[in-house]
Amino acid sequence: MFDRLLKKPLAALVAAAALAGLAPAAAVAAEPLKVGFVYIGPVGDAGWTYAHDLARKALQAKFGDKIKTQYVENVPEGPDAARVIRDLAQQGDGLIFTTSFGYMEPTLKIARDYPNVKFEHATGYKTAKNVGTYDARTYEGAYLAGVIAGGMTKTNVLGVVGSVPIPEVLRNIDSFTLGAQSVNPKIVTKVVWVNKWFDPPKETEAATSLVNQGADVLFQNTDSPAVLQTAEKLGKYGFGWDSNMRKFGGKAHLASATINWAPLYEMLTSQVLSGTWKPAQYWWGMKHDTIELQDISPAVPPALKKIVLEREAGLKNGTLDIWKGPIVDQSGKTVLPAGKVADDAFLHGITFYVKGVEGQVPGR
Amino acid sequence: MDMTASLIATTLSAGTPLALAALGLLINEKSGVVNLGAEGMMLMAAVVGFAVALSTGNQWLAFAAGAVTAALLAGALGVLVIWLNTNQYATGLALTLFGAGLSAFIGIDYVGKTLPNFTAWNIPGLSQLPFFGPALFRHHLMVYLTIVLAFGLVWFFDRTRAGLVLRAVGESPESAHALGYPVRRIRLLALMAGGALVGVAGAYLSVIYTPLWVQGMTAGRGWIALALTTFATWRPARVLLGAYLFGGVTMLQFFFQGSGVQVPAQLLSMLPYVATIVVLALMSRNPQWIRLHMPTSIGKPFTPES
Amino acid sequence: MLRLEPRAAPSRLMVWLSPLLALGITVAFGIGIFLAMGKNPWQGLSMFFWEPVKSAYNLSELALKATPLILIGLGLAACYRSNVWNIGAEGQYIVGAICGGGVALLAGEQTSHAIVLPILLAGVLGGMAWAALVALLRDWFNANEILVSLMLVYVAQYLLDDLVYGPWKDPEGYNFPQTRLFADPALLGHLVEGTRLNWGFPLALLAVALVWVFLFRSVRGFALQVGGLAPGAARYAGFSARQSLWTVLLLSGGFAGLAGALDAIGPLQQLTPQVSQGYGFAAIIVAFVGRLNPVGVVLSAVLMAMFYIGGELAQSRLGLPNAMTGVFQGLLLFSLLACDTLIAHRVRLAR
Repeated sequence: MFDRLLKKPLAALVAAAALAGLAPAAAVAAEPLKVGFVYIGPVGDAGWTYAHDLARKALQAKFGDKIKTQYVENVPEGPDAARVIRDLAQQGDGLIFTTSFGYMEPTLKIARDYPNVKFEHATGYKTAKNVGTYDARTYEGAYLAGVIAGGMTKTNVLGVVGSVPIPEVLRNIDSFTLGAQSVNPKIVTKVVWVNKWFDPPKETEAATSLVNQGADVLFQNTDSPAVLQTAEKLGKYGFGWDSNMRKFGGKAHLASATINWAPLYEMLTSQVLSGTWKPAQYWWGMKHDTIELQDISPAVPPALKKIVLEREAGLKNGTLDIWKGPIVDQSGKTVLPAGKVADDAFLHGITFYVKGVEGQVPGR
Repeated sequence: MDMTASLIATTLSAGTPLALAALGLLINEKSGVVNLGAEGMMLMAAVVGFAVALSTGNQWLAFAAGAVTAALLAGALGVLVIWLNTNQYATGLALTLFGAGLSAFIGIDYVGKTLPNFTAWNIPGLSQLPFFGPALFRHHLMVYLTIVLAFGLVWFFDRTRAGLVLRAVGESPESAHALGYPVRRIRLLALMAGGALVGVAGAYLSVIYTPLWVQGMTAGRGWIALALTTFATWRPARVLLGAYLFGGVTMLQFFFQGSGVQVPAQLLSMLPYVATIVVLALMSRNPQWIRLHMPTSIGKPFTPES
Repeated sequence: MLRLEPRAAPSRLMVWLSPLLALGITVAFGIGIFLAMGKNPWQGLSMFFWEPVKSAYNLSELALKATPLILIGLGLAACYRSNVWNIGAEGQYIVGAICGGGVALLAGEQTSHAIVLPILLAGVLGGMAWAALVALLRDWFNANEILVSLMLVYVAQYLLDDLVYGPWKDPEGYNFPQTRLFADPALLGHLVEGTRLNWGFPLALLAVALVWVFLFRSVRGFALQVGGLAPGAARYAGFSARQSLWTVLLLSGGFAGLAGALDAIGPLQQLTPQVSQGYGFAAIIVAFVGRLNPVGVVLSAVLMAMFYIGGELAQSRLGLPNAMTGVFQGLLLFSLLACDTLIAHRVRLAR
């Protein structure tokens, strides 16, 4: 009789002790943070997506065992994106990067259903309790490319292959033009739109038509090296964009305006790991090493190179303002009065061409 | 004027892959087989051609590889359609869908790789002529070969016995069979030969025109080539003209954009397709005209009565 | 040496066995590809065949994805039975989305939820109009419907682009090519909370029943089928080829347009240049694998949807490239067409 009275509470005590012994052990072997990436294009695009994936690899290398990254590529913007994002969240990802504008609505929708997962949406403008946005000041790279272009052109006609006529791209075209005008006020910028982020055959045709119209330095805001390759084929100059494209351009490659997402990704991941993450809208540029001008060609004369490096330094330490008035748009209207420096709100809302750009902004 | 010369030059270059593919499809259709698998064949040839060019650095090997790939696919189509008598339209479509998927799959490792520049061939002397030089005489060899091919096919169909037999097979396979010709084997041969040309067109796109690989890069050119054969009422020289027209209209939209013409870019992009529909309608309106030129047995299965 | 011998009568068994055989070939090929890529083939297969049906949520996604495939597939089945080769269902889908979306943009927060009916009606009419162009050109000009319907796909896409980049662009969307989000009353409600399933799926099933009755129980439907199988006999019986042409094109255009409008106010909730996901072309495979039979279309649409969703899951869970989906779909159709010969032929070992 005594045995039965004692057995149960004894057994319970033993069990409790065992569990108590196990608990700290379980806490020590923590789960690595799963970080997911949703890509719009293929990682081999040598442009936009490639840059994100380089940063993802750097992230994995830096945090080692503490994180486990995964990616899904070629996810079209639209209803399918929601399914992919949700699946990543369901698999237990704690931080998800959605790297294209068109993922904005799906990201917000899924974020509502998974309040414990942090979402970072690239190039968007809507945030939520667990959704932040981030972007790179690509216009700084565009400006420096413009400075080189303005100094290298012989025909004073610059050609830009535009992707989609959103403010970011218009801002880049304008910054490119402003940069060129700062060393060569006579230049004119011609723009041709392919209406896609990534379409090498069409980009090639667009680039060819620009050369046909007299452009001898080409620039692009599309995600592939096609425009640079076309420049090389036709004996003109071009630039790399988003990633280093020197190997595609041979003699034609003047420089590459690249995006390095690693610093930003590392900061955001640290925040999530340490629990200090808050929704914010980050817009980093050369000051944070997010934008870089790489591999300036030896064909660029030393005097011009000196100017470019000076301006680059100015952007890095914040002493140079690209968008400082007076800035005049195509119609002659002063959009930024003399001496005034544009704030982020102004920059986000650019829907005009500056003077010196030919053609009409599509959709107006 | 330098700009017009450049426009002519780019028209010739853009029209070449269309012309090559359309001429290949022409051969298919003259023998009575509609090849809806052109788009898939072009994509497969493009990725294989690119891979070969990348590993060997030889563009002609790449062209050959593309031709062989497409010919093999055409052969598979032929076995199904000619011997197993499966529906020509559905089987062709299946080939296109399969080819599109398989090419994307194979091409994964080739996205972002670059090829050496296979420079154009400046015809000595002629290429220095003002205007005509840059417009006509500074192209890649394939552009000139395509023109030669088109006229070669005119001669082939009109003047050679083999061409006549092929046309007979397309017009009335029963009569050809009664005369003792191996109708099915001739059709298979025509399918594979035409397929090889479609393959060359695909390889041209990924090795010369845009030396990059991207999935789906033919962007519907296979379908346009199909339309071109009807557009040209199955005459090779007209196919050439139609291809250049189409290529030119495509380049025109960029030209307009750059010169600030106020037409929305999307409506300009529609032009080539709308033009094709209009011409198709006008051509088909006269049933006599069509009957005069269209191979009568197109799309219909043939079984030799045994 | 294998030889094909024609059968005395088509084998009924093979009619239903052939799709299964084709599926088997496709799966075998799939296993081969998985092994070649160094992935576990059972894991790979489970992504395609088990995961999509594993949970209620996944089933709802499957139904959502299958809905447009069923609707478009039904219309195409009718078309192909009548020997009308409508390849442009994709374009009709896009125009349906445009028209439905256009009406949806008129709605504000105060509009009655009944606006969904005119939205769907607009989608149907839009798709019909686009297909009517094909019928018109074939009827009046004898223009080949394959090429016309195909060219119209590109035109439809550029039309969508033009609207979304221009007059219909969201004024507060930072100049991005998309319309604003449709107001709540214009959206399709969720049938089951927590899923994206909407009225589209039951509508599709209703359409299946209607088309079945039409094809197999009505005189018109009978006339269509005879017209496709034996045009001479049809003419002799007085069945109008012209009537059949217009009927099937308007039917398939209407269904495709309905599918477009359903997707616009269902999962998409706005118009963007990426409205089309290739359903118009995938539905061609759906129609064939479904043996051009309404019930078969449902089954093959579900199978196709599994391929799509499975492909996505295989990519995100196993790192397999999403090009696999296209390979499987094309291979399925190819194998089916090859296996179909076994319906009318027997394989014999010849000495």
